[in-house]
Amino acid sequence: MKTKIKNILVVLLIITGFTACEKDNFKAPEIMFNGRLVYQGEKIYLEQDQVSFELWQSGFGKYAPIKSSFNQEGEYSTTLFNGTYKFVIPMGQGPFKWNMNANGNADSLLIELNGNKSWDIEVIPFYLIKNTTLSTNGENVSAVFDLEKVITGAEGKNVERVYLYINKTQFVSGNSNSNIAQSSLSGDELSGLSNLELSVDIPTLTPSQNYVYARVGLKIQGVEDMIFSPLKKLEF
Amino acid sequence: MKRIYICILLMLSLNWACKKDSEFLDRKPKQVLTEEQVFGDEKQVLSLLADLYNRYVDFATPENWSSMSDFNEAFWSEAGRYGDFQNSGWGYGNWAIWDYGYIRELNLFIDKAAKNTTLDAELMKRMQAEARFIRASYYFELVKRMGGVPLILEPLTYDFSGDATYLQNPREKESAIYDFIIKEAEEIKPLLPKDVNTKSRATAAAALAMQSRAALYAASIAKYGYKTPQVSLSGGEVGIDAALSNEYYAIALKSAQEIISGSVGSYALYLKKPDNLSENFASLFYDKNGNNESIFIEDYKLQSGKVHGFTISNQPRYGAEEEEGGRINPSLNLAQSFEKLDNTFAPFETNTSTGEYVYYDNQTDIFAGRDARLAGTIILPGTTFKGRTVDIWAGYQLADGSIITGDDRGQQKTLPGKSLPEQVVGLDGPINGYEFTAQTGFYIRKYLDPAAGSGQRGVQSEVPFLRYRYAEVLLNAAEAAFELGDANTAATYMNEVRARAGLTTPLNSSQITFDRIVHERRAELAFEGHYYFDLKRWRIAHEVFNGANISKTEIVKNIGSSTKISTQPYGIWPYKIYAPGTPNDGKWIYKVVLPDRVTGADRFQLGNYYSEINNTILSNNPKIVKNPNQ
Repeated sequence: MKTKIKNILVVLLIITGFTACEKDNFKAPEIMFNGRLVYQGEKIYLEQDQVSFELWQSGFGKYAPIKSSFNQEGEYSTTLFNGTYKFVIPMGQGPFKWNMNANGNADSLLIELNGNKSWDIEVIPFYLIKNTTLSTNGENVSAVFDLEKVITGAEGKNVERVYLYINKTQFVSGNSNSNIAQSSLSGDELSGLSNLELSVDIPTLTPSQNYVYARVGLKIQGVEDMIFSPLKKLEF
Repeated sequence: MKRIYICILLMLSLNWACKKDSEFLDRKPKQVLTEEQVFGDEKQVLSLLADLYNRYVDFATPENWSSMSDFNEAFWSEAGRYGDFQNSGWGYGNWAIWDYGYIRELNLFIDKAAKNTTLDAELMKRMQAEARFIRASYYFELVKRMGGVPLILEPLTYDFSGDATYLQNPREKESAIYDFIIKEAEEIKPLLPKDVNTKSRATAAAALAMQSRAALYAASIAKYGYKTPQVSLSGGEVGIDAALSNEYYAIALKSAQEIISGSVGSYALYLKKPDNLSENFASLFYDKNGNNESIFIEDYKLQSGKVHGFTISNQPRYGAEEEEGGRINPSLNLAQSFEKLDNTFAPFETNTSTGEYVYYDNQTDIFAGRDARLAGTIILPGTTFKGRTVDIWAGYQLADGSIITGDDRGQQKTLPGKSLPEQVVGLDGPINGYEFTAQTGFYIRKYLDPAAGSGQRGVQSEVPFLRYRYAEVLLNAAEAAFELGDANTAATYMNEVRARAGLTTPLNSSQITFDRIVHERRAELAFEGHYYFDLKRWRIAHEVFNGANISKTEIVKNIGSSTKISTQPYGIWPYKIYAPGTPNDGKWIYKVVLPDRVTGADRFQLGNYYSEINNTILSNNPKIVKNPNQ
């Protein structure tokens, strides 16, 4: 009886030894694919985690995208396997124009991955925030900046509002967790597109710190995602 | 001995084997009913239909308390749910439904009922109409959440050929689904009974109420779609042509008026307790005896297995029948939106214009002189439930402005100048982060069951859920008439609803505005699953939930504006004054507070307007297009 059980155990051990080998242990993806959104070499600044993109790869059962999003510097970074992917920014995402295909859907870009790859995505933003000067005197933060209308004509859009946000951390946007104070001007209140000024008081900071981060944001009419100026750390 | 057993066994087996082989192999299954058996017996067909009714999908249901109270109309006083107030909005996939299995079974039922010849023809006609009503209701639920969907009206069957493409249908236009619902309602109306006492099965009035609501939704999507041009698809699967809005509004008005005229049954506003309109409003939801306001309900029955625990989850915690309750805490955002009796909007008066506290003799005084629906919808501090006064107060305020309070329900401390400890905080809270206490200062009253035992897990509640009721029909008519430019008619219908709430000064036609209509629906239909769809169809959800924090000064401003932001649920806490020897001793003051577990602010993204169609569906059927902005 005892030897029987022993034999069974040995057989089981061998079986598990064989089955646990190959199939269960997939290699983790380790090819880095990263880059940023640019317009003529200039970075496009966004709100953290609000503009998404999708990577599609066919040939593996059901067709579903790998979803991810850009950070507030307009950068993305993914870890993948080598292969052929299609990169697409879904309709209605981002403060920029994305090419359409003949069916009126967002067009995709073909990516061949064969080792690590850095790849900048060229888009045309509706507006750019330029020549931003952010300064502080310890009590308030003021911003002077220009707007440049990049897309004009029939496809051009108007300014809905411009914002100045400040936050204690480097995540600065309209999200309630990403600003401690803000001020804004509506599109109708703007005198033009250059030399625009905004100013916001710094509230009491607890625990106190001698710096804030600030950014200027632009909300475009009919576009959900905002475009931002580069982030600046202001010490006082 | 052994031999005898063997003999017996042998004889038994011989007996068994005696049956003819054909009989043996051709026995009827005992656990499965065949189609002929079901469709040959009225009771069986009825139970089949009952199952289809039972699977009716509601956005809000008392079986799931949180489904009735999202969107910052309430704070959720349950330890596991604070996260919903610490994030910044809702996922794209929230609220998505896609149950084509249900639709197939409805289609099968309709198909079989139509071909049936054994049962009474009249009965079959009615049941067929009922199944069509349920099917239209489900398509309505689908179109509200997902936009246009494939419209399948035949039971589809796979032929196992390996190629399923013939089963793949593209999405219809959003307007086509609404047209289908309106047309179905029109066709089944004459086949359904005109009986005011039939509540949990479809009636002519239920069909009309559905038609009116569907037409109103379609109309407002057409009219207000311009506010969010991005929320549309080029194929019309999302978004409705603006030119169609008047046509839909006219249908909404016509079908509502057909109910109002009494031609499908004598429905009326519930008014059994005219002396106490708040009590009257609360009993409208639990009174099942000759309630002429409810049109179509999800009914429950004690000791039948079909009961729900809404009262258990939400009963006032102090004196509750179980060690739980108090989950839904209506927010100040909602509470203060109830008007004063002179038809004006005003915040609760916590401070005078010079910033002094206002001292109240009684705890309930601050809420006096308002819309009766306030106390009918919300349990206010100092009011009663099941004969017991709720004990909601946040602590003592001393003459120097300092606060003495506790961090446990009804905690005792010694007040200055006294020798014995006494209670310094209510047994119902409010205590920040203490689950089941009234963390906004309020409990919910709507749909709470006052019957003894309703708060016990072993008994539960049989309060029905009102899917369609007469007051909504009146408000549908008012809104449709207003949008069609007939403010007089709109005022008449709206004043009827308002008079029942104690707002007896009628509004005249010039006072009927879009904001008024938005407000009236919010006040009358709070916690009934309308708020979300209303904000969606008016395309103002992204403005109301814009992701910005609300400050204490901002929350009490602009009450009554349709786009007042409501990203965080506020509360209002009562404090007792302890200042012996001064005139204010023992009086009450109120403070506006943000419950400290609320740290996020909600943002309704454009991609939230229509729920995400998941990848499995998209992958199975390449003809389906994605919803916009996701």
